[in-house]
This record gives sequence, structure tokens and C-alpha cells, in this order.
Amino acid sequence: MGTGMVGAPECGDVMKLQIKVQNDRIVDAKFKTFGCGSAIASSSLATEWLKGKTIEEAQKIKNTDIVQELNLPPVKIHCSVLAEDAIKAALTDYQKKANTQPIETK
Amino acid sequence: MKLPIFLDNHSTTPMDPRVLEAMLPYFVEKFGNSASRNHAFGWAAEEAVEHARKQIAKLINADGKEIVFTSGATESDNLALKGVLEMYKEKGTHIITSSTEHRAVLDTAKSLEAKGLATVTYLPVDKYGIVNPQDVQNAITDKTILISVMLANNEIGTINPIQEIGKIAKAKGILFHCDATQGVGKIPVDVQAMGIDLMSFTSHKIYGPKGVGALYVRKRNPRVRIAAQIDGGGHERGMRSGTLPVPLIVGFGKACELCEQEMATDAARLSKMRDRLQTDITAALEESYLNGHPTNRLPGNLNISFAYVEGESLLMGMKDIALSSGSACTSATLEPSYVLRALGVGTDLAHSSIRFGLGRFNTDEEIDYTIKKVIEVVTRLREMSPLYEMAKEGVDLKSVQWAAH
Repeated sequence: MGTGMVGAPECGDVMKLQIKVQNDRIVDAKFKTFGCGSAIASSSLATEWLKGKTIEEAQKIKNTDIVQELNLPPVKIHCSVLAEDAIKAALTDYQKKANTQPIETK
Repeated sequence: MKLPIFLDNHSTTPMDPRVLEAMLPYFVEKFGNSASRNHAFGWAAEEAVEHARKQIAKLINADGKEIVFTSGATESDNLALKGVLEMYKEKGTHIITSSTEHRAVLDTAKSLEAKGLATVTYLPVDKYGIVNPQDVQNAITDKTILISVMLANNEIGTINPIQEIGKIAKAKGILFHCDATQGVGKIPVDVQAMGIDLMSFTSHKIYGPKGVGALYVRKRNPRVRIAAQIDGGGHERGMRSGTLPVPLIVGFGKACELCEQEMATDAARLSKMRDRLQTDITAALEESYLNGHPTNRLPGNLNISFAYVEGESLLMGMKDIALSSGSACTSATLEPSYVLRALGVGTDLAHSSIRFGLGRFNTDEEIDYTIKKVIEVVTRLREMSPLYEMAKEGVDLKSVQWAAH
């Protein structure tokens, strides 16, 4: 299991993303989001994409992919950034718990 | 019941069919220019305009000659502030206003400040959004030329003590402008009793057409003068040039007449529906907080913050109900409502606010539907809110170190 929580209530969005990993593969992913429609959609899409991916593949999900898939307008790009951050945070948390070498995050 | 439901009557109102009916002859048949003095077409138009002027003046206890037609309340606010500052610049350059005014007043004041034409004091409000008359008194300097305080706030519906502020202004010989856009037609307005010298209001908030508004300019005790901001044919006693939009003015007049006749019954009905909306929603949803004053507010206004859910997502979840939110995501500036912030509402709760604006044409059935829908959507969004989950687990959200971005 790995959990990532990013954002702040004052900014109007908080995302919590949780992954379940078996044999280096994400078998399930769930989210809870406080935020606008785009933030909820971004985190929902992130969990859909995470399912079935390996840790390494999951690292490659970029916010720009989310922007493209959801056709987010410029004012909503921060929602996709937050979703990418949430993915990274969940992966880092998983690795910390699994006691493996931390994967470099940008 | 027809969907979607319109519960955003602070933004605008549907036109009353009786208003439209009054307007219709003035498009094709009686199309004259009210400034044409030499033929029957002009006379018919002028007569209609003068009749409307009286209908409008009567609603606010003014004289028809004190009504200056504009394109709407934004123009009226601009004309009042800029017109007074320009006309009386030798006498003083200081304006006192409040921090929860509409942008039409705030941005006009800021623009005057930026051009070096005025210094402005922005008074704070209390937790209900009320301006303290004592603060107004204390802010007065020998340079103060104008006090501008709104009658009722457009977001939270709170009503200011206009009469008391009017008295202070009068005692000091300072002009008093009131942006009464949300109040006129909804609650009794009396420019004499309230000591108002200039007052902005508009037609489309009171079931009249868009595109016409008025600035009340006092003619006696004192005789207020303003510098025109639009020059031309010298219409409206030289204060606002431009051919009058006769059909719109006729509609504005009719709308005022209807408000005068139906204000008491409308207000009683709307208050009752609003109270039911508030009681049923807050009883079913814990941690829903009223913004604004519990009693001293507009009959059709209800502003509630639903903790742990964000306003825009709430609006999206209720696509078939037209509402408005103080959330940053719904504003052009990406900042949550400055009105709620001025009340001391936390940024998190400002993001969670929803404004319900009830109007003449809303029905009990629509309110029933809204109550059900709000409870359903807030509950669903809370279930997917990490903040709600944490709060339920007993985490103090204020003590959390957030990974801000």
C-alpha cells in the first residue's frame, strides 16, 4: 500500500491517492479529492491509469497527459499538476514502506 | 416543474411578462426619440419616459426629475463616484467606502486612486458583513467629499444601516451615495428617510429588461451636481448624454410599479421559502454554515458554506439548478470571494460557499427539489472528500502540515 496526499484546503484542492501493489504491479488505486470538478476528474483519471501499471510505468504518468486526455483549459492545469504530484507521493510512500531504493523524482 | 431551476436571482432576474407587455408598443409602433420635440412620435416617446420616471421615483420616494437614466448600475456607480469627485475636487478628494462593495464601486474607487484623483478609505465590516456607522464617523476628515456604502450585499444579502450612515453624512455636509442595486424593489427604500444623495440601481434585478438603470441625484437639500462622464446631446439634464432607450425605460418603470405593489407579498413568500431551504438543508447536513446576517438580510438570499466540499464541484453536481459560488474556481481572479474573506470566513470555507438567490417566479416545488438535491450532492462529495474523512477520524485540519503547491 502507498498513500499520497497533496494540496491544501486554503488553495481549494486536496487530493489523496492510494495504491495497492503486488509483485511490483499496481493492482488497485483509489482517490479522495476535495476540489473543483477538474481536480476530481484528474484524480479519478489518475487512478484509472495507475491500475495494472508497474511502479516504473506509473512514474512516467505526466500532468500533460492528463491535460490532454481531459482537455483541461489553462486555468485548470494546476489540477493535473496536483494529480501528478499525488501519484508521485503515493509511489514514494509505497517505496518507503517497501523499504526499497527510492526512485528519483524530479 | 421545468428543469433547470433558476436560483441565481442576484445575478439577474427573468423579465415579468407584464413588463414585456408594457414594452412591446415602444419597439415598432411608438418608436420615437424622446428628445424629438417637434412631432408626435417624439411626444409619445417623451410621455412614456416621463411616466416611467414617475413610476421609478415613486418606488424610492423621490421626484421624477431626480432620476438619471443610465445603462445599468455599474454605469450609475461610475457616474456617481467619478462625477462627484470631478465636480467637487476643489472641496475635497477623500472617499469613504466599504470593503464588501460591488466591484463597480471598488474598482471605480481604485481607478480614481490610481489616477491621483482621490484617496479612499475602505472600511471593514463585522462578521455579518455590516458596516459600523461609528467607523464611518471616525473615518471622516476635512477632505471627505463622498461616502459610498451599499444597501444590501450581492453575495450574502446583508443589509447595512443606511439611515444612520445617511444621518452622519448629512450632519457633516458630506454627500452620500448608496449602491442599492440588490435592495431596490426587494425591501422598502426611501431616499428622504435614509438621507441618500445619490443612489444606483438597475432594472434587470427587479424583473425588468437588461440595459437600463438609474442614478438618483438629489435636487434639493442639498442640490447635488455631478460632472457628466458621457458628453453629447445633453440628455438627462446634461448629466448623461445619449438617446434614451425608450422601450427599456418603459419596462423599468413597469417593473418598479409592480415591485411597489407586490413587494410585501413577494418578500413574505420568498422569506418563507428561503427559511425552509435553510432549515431543511442545515438540519440534514452537519457543518453547514450560514454566511451573512441571520435575520437582517434580503428576503430571497441564502449563502451557506458546506465544509469539506468545494463550491464549483457542488455546482457541477447540481447541473439542473442554477446557483453561484464564492469558490475561486468560479471567479475570474482565481481568488475566493473577497466579500466572505472580509467577514472573516476562512479561505477553506469561502471555497465551499453556495449562494441561493430566490426570486418572484420560484415555486415551493422547486425549493423541495433543491433541498433534496443539495443534501444528496453534498453527502456524495463529502464521501469522496479526504478532508471530511480526516475530520471524521478526529484530525484537526488546522494542525495539519499541508503540502501546499
